[in-house]
Amino acid sequence: MKLDLSSLTLATAAERLSRREISSRELTEAALETIARTDARLHAFLTVSADEARAQAAAADERLARGEPLSALDGLPLALKDVFSTRGVRTTAASRILENFVPPYDGTAVARLRASGAVFVGKTNCDEFAMGSSTENSAFGATRNPWDLTRVPGGSSGGSAVAVAAGQCLGALGTDTGGSIRLPAAYCGIVGLKPTYGRVSRYGIVAYASSLDQVGPFARDVRDAAILLEALAGHDPLDSTSARVAVPRYASALRAELGTLRVGVPREYFEEGLQPEVESSVREAIAVLESLGASIEIISLPHARYAIATYYLLATAEASSNLARYDGIRYGRRAGGAQNLAETYGRSRAEGFGAEVKRRIMLGTYALSAGYYDAYYGKAQKVRTLIRRDFDEAFARCDVLAAPTAATTAFALGEKLDDPLSMYLSDVLTISVNLAGLPALSLPCGVDGAGLPIGLQLIGKPFDELSLLGAGYAYEQATDWHSQHPPAVEQAP
Amino acid sequence: MKITRDDVRHVAALARLALSSEEEEKLAVELEAILGYVEKLGELDTEGIPATAHVLDAGPALRDDEVRNGPDVDGLLANAPDRSGSFFRVPKIIE
Amino acid sequence: MMRFEPVIGLEVHAQLLTRSKLFCACSAAFGAPPNAHTCPVCMAFPGVLPVTNRQAVEFAIRAGLAAGSTIAPSSRWARKNYFYPDLPKAYQISMYEAPICIGGALQFSADGVEKRVRLVRIHLEEDAGKSIHDAQADASLVDLNRAGVPLLEIVSEPDLRSAADAVAYLRALRSILQYLEVCDGNMEEGSFRCDANVSIRPAGSDALGTRAEIKNMNSFRSVENAIDHEIARQIEVVSGGGRVEQETRLWDADRQVTRPMRSKELAHDYRYFPDPDLPPLVVDAAWVEKVRRELPELPAARRRRFETELGLSAYDAEVLTARRDVADYYEAALARHRNPKALGNWVMESILRIVREQKLDAELCIARWPVAPGDLADLVAAIDDGTISGKIAKTVFDEMVTSGKPPRAIIAARGLVQVTDSGAIASAVDRVLAAHPDKVSEYRGGKDKLFGFFVGQVMKATEGKANPKQVNELLKERLG
Repeated sequence: MKLDLSSLTLATAAERLSRREISSRELTEAALETIARTDARLHAFLTVSADEARAQAAAADERLARGEPLSALDGLPLALKDVFSTRGVRTTAASRILENFVPPYDGTAVARLRASGAVFVGKTNCDEFAMGSSTENSAFGATRNPWDLTRVPGGSSGGSAVAVAAGQCLGALGTDTGGSIRLPAAYCGIVGLKPTYGRVSRYGIVAYASSLDQVGPFARDVRDAAILLEALAGHDPLDSTSARVAVPRYASALRAELGTLRVGVPREYFEEGLQPEVESSVREAIAVLESLGASIEIISLPHARYAIATYYLLATAEASSNLARYDGIRYGRRAGGAQNLAETYGRSRAEGFGAEVKRRIMLGTYALSAGYYDAYYGKAQKVRTLIRRDFDEAFARCDVLAAPTAATTAFALGEKLDDPLSMYLSDVLTISVNLAGLPALSLPCGVDGAGLPIGLQLIGKPFDELSLLGAGYAYEQATDWHSQHPPAVEQAP
Repeated sequence: MKITRDDVRHVAALARLALSSEEEEKLAVELEAILGYVEKLGELDTEGIPATAHVLDAGPALRDDEVRNGPDVDGLLANAPDRSGSFFRVPKIIE
Repeated sequence: MMRFEPVIGLEVHAQLLTRSKLFCACSAAFGAPPNAHTCPVCMAFPGVLPVTNRQAVEFAIRAGLAAGSTIAPSSRWARKNYFYPDLPKAYQISMYEAPICIGGALQFSADGVEKRVRLVRIHLEEDAGKSIHDAQADASLVDLNRAGVPLLEIVSEPDLRSAADAVAYLRALRSILQYLEVCDGNMEEGSFRCDANVSIRPAGSDALGTRAEIKNMNSFRSVENAIDHEIARQIEVVSGGGRVEQETRLWDADRQVTRPMRSKELAHDYRYFPDPDLPPLVVDAAWVEKVRRELPELPAARRRRFETELGLSAYDAEVLTARRDVADYYEAALARHRNPKALGNWVMESILRIVREQKLDAELCIARWPVAPGDLADLVAAIDDGTISGKIAKTVFDEMVTSGKPPRAIIAARGLVQVTDSGAIASAVDRVLAAHPDKVSEYRGGKDKLFGFFVGQVMKATEGKANPKQVNELLKERLG
């Protein structure tokens, strides 16, 4: 019986496992086989850990046979963006500077999933050091969108999004610093969740921008995202920025009814630049919410237009400092033939980092440098406060905000590579959320004329993932976009 | 804000990036464009607005003074590009 | 000829006596094999994060309270960015705009004069690892055991006016930190380091001259010599019409000069910014009060108590309280036998000498000192109750040091009990006088110096055990 993972979710697969209809081994083999068949074209994976996965599956099956699953995720095949530190498994951050780096430890998110019995099939491609919106900045080649192989899957967590969308696994982890989970989820027609800053531990993820990075799940539907969030969330003593907030039972709290949800629609997110079909699909989705009982109100986020500038000063400044440790001394690539220390540093880093990473390091270094700190970094920190206050005011009157995740559907590979600034502007609808530390969910709400997926973004109050997931779940029950799959990817000749 | 080749060299040195001549030229143009864009923040009056250094008040995060780690020289030096015994080895540092 | 006044400020880095490092759970202990006290966090692997050691914060509060600083209710960790092989993250987590302690002052005496030096601030930061440059010809070796060990940085205002005062300040500061048990103050091992900012100005002027930073002074003697040399150098430069450059200079102990750092590296732009991985450090009033209640008696207070309650001289009190372990030892002995003056002398003259001879001076461990305080007390008690003379006591003490045995056991085993039987002493006196009739005549004829000769002979005859006072009395009686 050949299993097609795209017809399963984490929840339905777990059910079938518990009824002994299928085994973890079968699920895992199906995943590995799909990867082997499709990844030459898709290039979602940088490392496939087949042996490890099979061992994990065997152990899971033993537990399942005894009727003692570790959790709702026991035995289910997942993929991890290659910024998650995995002990003994190569972790590259899609960079040449870490091309052969094998971490000696598991990060907390990975450890929690491991403890829950999940099976890891491999590490997925992304923009180098999570810097990008298309996964084209990977040092090891771009990932392709399964809905149209000439298009980008979004970034930076493109590989994880594709792995789920193309049925190469049942769920995956990504990270979101300016939209890097939500954007690829929208472009690939799946669910992507960025939790509240501090909800999930950052210990073990290759840091890009410390005050913005957050770990989150990709899934086929909202229930699956809730299951993954529940396994990941909670205080971590190894992360000083992780929150001491109780973890609700996200999955069991989902209901088809919305109750009296107050939905705010930020007018600034519907101004120029929206692809017409994106606007109409998202407005339709909002109408569905209204028909389910939500009240809709237009609100304003007056400082929205300053979000990108704010982000690109703060994120790059933090990144310039976080990436300084890549110096070729304790791990990572060291340039051959360097005559002295200065050369070792300069050439290892220049050769190991790609163009976008260098650009952001330069920008961030400049923003922090003597004489410029107040005008750039200091100023951006203050504008961040203004952006946060916009949301605080909106949430005084609303429970969630609704908007498109991206202004357009997936763009073509190579289309935005010549103009970094235009690439940065693809984040305009997602980026404020990271600056304010809020949770946000992207879920499929339509396709455009070319059949490319459109994403609805729901933004919530801090630590109110329940309202987000609840609204998303209710929307899913009333619609069918989440059941759509990309066309089968043919085996490469 | 004009960004010259010298500016680029100065920042590249701070960041320990040995850029090629072409990269320097390209970056001067790109950085100037990006900085030109981010300068729009100057439109905002932020007098009296506090900076957000941490978006979340996670509360105190202090650790008890306990030793929990044991030696693992081989494990931790396994990825070292150049090691000498239990040391990392680097080109001679002149003080 | 213009007269110049030196202006000196000191920056001290004190390694804290925590068990673990500042931001990870590796041991902070000195002396382990290379890279044995490391983990992914202090080695700055991708993805790791810092978590603050509560004890290090408490030590900082202790030091701040002892110095009368204001303890900031909220302080901020900042990243100081620069590249160096022994700095794994390529930034040091330190404090910049918002340190944990602000202001304060240190009082100390230099040459009998009371001085006061104000502090600018005290803050916490992590130490870097160590590079070894002389083990291989074309490479340096890096050991990260020390990377992440907590340091307290104590910055003084430029209130010092001489090298001697600078050293007196350092001794007083070290003593306080030792008393607080936050640092062992070992300059040779590097747990107590000092950099000096030195400038000169015309005598009577208020303005500050350009200052040079002096580094690499590894002992109090080096500090004094380096600062003296630098003052002289700056005076020579200015007197010759030149200008002092703002630069960092290293003390070269071999050539006894300061010289500019050879590496013409970029002027450091540290690009400080608040560390996003660490929330503000909140110290509430309750915590400060708890630390204040638990503060030990500080050196100055203990010194005063030794003078007023124990009747010791200012000098003796100073010596006995300069180090906390010495003061504790002394008071432990005192608790057993209350003779402050005698015990004070024994500690100063004998114990401290032994400790220096056996090179125990660097180690702050009273348990390892060769003579237990109780035993020293018993020795003095044996003198005070007449069991032995002071002279014999020195012999007993020497054996206590080598054998570790208690005094009364040694006295019994070697039969050193003082002879106080006046009959026995009298017959010894008579024997001696009978054996030297010519000297007796000379003495009676006016040669007073011979008294010592007779005393020595009587002591010899009694194997040194005769009570000296009785010997003196009986000799005087018999000699007339």
